Amino acid sequence: MTPTQQQQFDSGLGLDVVFPTPGQIMGQRMKTHKGFILGGLMVLIVFMMAIFAPYIAGHDPYQQDLSKRMISPIWSEKGTWDHPLGTDNMGRDYFARLVYGSRISLLIGFSCMAIAAVIGISLGLTAGYFGGLADYIVSFIITVRLALPAVLVAVAVVALIGGSTKVVIMVLGCLIWDRFAVILRATTQQIRAMDYVQAAQAAGCSVLWLMIREIMPNLFNSIVIVATLEIGRAILLEAALSFLGMGVQPPIPSWGLMISEGKDLMLFDPYLVTIPGVALFFLVLGMNLFGDGLRDVTSPEGRS
Amino acid sequence: MLIYTLKRLGLAIIVMITVSMISFMLLRVSGDPAISLAGEGASSAEIEFVREQYGFDRPLIIQYFEWAGRAIQGDLGNSAYVKQSVAQMLRERMGVTMTLGICSLTFAMLLAIPLGMLAAIRPNTWIDRLALSISVMGQAMPSFWFGLILIIFFGVYLRWLPISGSDTWKHFVMPTIALGYYATPAIMRLVRSGMLEVLASDHIRTARAKGLRWPKILFKHTLRNAIIPVVAVAAVQLGFMLGGSIVIEAIFALNGLGNLAWVSISRSDLPVVQAIVLFLSIIYIFLTFMADIFNAFLDPRIRSS
Repeated sequence: MTPTQQQQFDSGLGLDVVFPTPGQIMGQRMKTHKGFILGGLMVLIVFMMAIFAPYIAGHDPYQQDLSKRMISPIWSEKGTWDHPLGTDNMGRDYFARLVYGSRISLLIGFSCMAIAAVIGISLGLTAGYFGGLADYIVSFIITVRLALPAVLVAVAVVALIGGSTKVVIMVLGCLIWDRFAVILRATTQQIRAMDYVQAAQAAGCSVLWLMIREIMPNLFNSIVIVATLEIGRAILLEAALSFLGMGVQPPIPSWGLMISEGKDLMLFDPYLVTIPGVALFFLVLGMNLFGDGLRDVTSPEGRS
Repeated sequence: MLIYTLKRLGLAIIVMITVSMISFMLLRVSGDPAISLAGEGASSAEIEFVREQYGFDRPLIIQYFEWAGRAIQGDLGNSAYVKQSVAQMLRERMGVTMTLGICSLTFAMLLAIPLGMLAAIRPNTWIDRLALSISVMGQAMPSFWFGLILIIFFGVYLRWLPISGSDTWKHFVMPTIALGYYATPAIMRLVRSGMLEVLASDHIRTARAKGLRWPKILFKHTLRNAIIPVVAVAAVQLGFMLGGSIVIEAIFALNGLGNLAWVSISRSDLPVVQAIVLFLSIIYIFLTFMADIFNAFLDPRIRSS
């Protein structure tokens, strides 16, 4: 999109004045934005965990061994290096479950976001582009969606259909598109009014072309930023659902489920609850920092 | 103002009707209520009996109108599990959830408004960073996990507070913090950006040039303007908190609507679940309606748009 080479201008005084391209300005901002780098690193760590899970885990996350129940993590006196984060009530290695749990969180976060993006972007783009009645209808749909209590509806529907990873993804994806729609609607309205879009329209471009080729590329920033925040939201909602027993089903290692399973024993062994919670917090914090940072470095005027 | 109010009211009513349809349909089409009501291992004759008994064999649309017609008169049907009217159950549980919601909102405001103000007065200092990290952490922390951590620390380790039940005010302290912290970031960010914007405006410069004392400028001239959007967000957050109370109430065994919803969901008590979804939605619609009116009252520019 933006040329990577520097643009040179002859100032007429024998001096070469070098202007950085927008891409270079952005790159510079990325390098100096602490939140962006920190968040990106945190997300990268979790990604690495998910990709290389079989090599890192060291144990099978599903392998139960009742002779090794409730081994304490390494920082307590009775911990062993064989199970660095201890074992759970069923004798499953907690570190292995934690590592494999990252796969579930990322899978659910990204899939829900993708579904939500498709719904939200279509609605937002339609409302922003056509305005008038279409805008009115979409705004109405958004209002209705916001009025429904998301967690409660998700829990009820999952309970009725029967909990599974697929169902959780579908239900959450269909519930969290509101921010996509709201932000895309506003951004599309702004871009729709720009001269170049008017020009393309005057030149006879079709509606679909205008939407996809002229407007969409300029929405990309907003989409990516909302997407990172929605991934975080989906991950937290999945954890809450699994915690209530209406999400991912045992014995799948999901962080929310791990907290739920450790809840009854947390009074004596708090690590069962704290460890997966810290993992959730770490991933969502990373996502949010990354998203916020992305907004700062890609917006033309930087952080205001 | 009257026209604006009527328009908003009309919209709120249409949204309410739509929400009632959705909450009705959603729970009916996502599973066969007769099967879940009859219980596990019921024969097909028994299921058929339940289906006829509850009228599940009739067209959905007729079932909806019957349900909605009675709901308007305050009759939400009877629980399928305990022999009690749903309206009665809601009335009994409502108080706890409302108390929790209002306490949480108060807690969130008490934390967010001073912090947001301080952050705006001294931008890019340690207090601004503290405010920012509190808000960033609040958005990333699973509220149910935060609740559990509070239980471990204050309930079990320090033994300061009771960990479950809803008998005394002490029972509400931890749930309030867990739920209220979740609403803090949105309010704080808004107070901060609103204050920054107003502080940079002309009338504040005039006030300073006139030699008004700083506290007066801050509270009377700045905060008053910056607080307008906060009202709307506070209403929305209260709605979200009531909806999200299901998790917190389950953790702290608070005997409110959220807990009732959870228990009813796990025993497939459809009429109760439906009623709670509807009830919470209506409260949300009512809150946003009130916020709109209040905003328009404070800011005449909103009325004309």
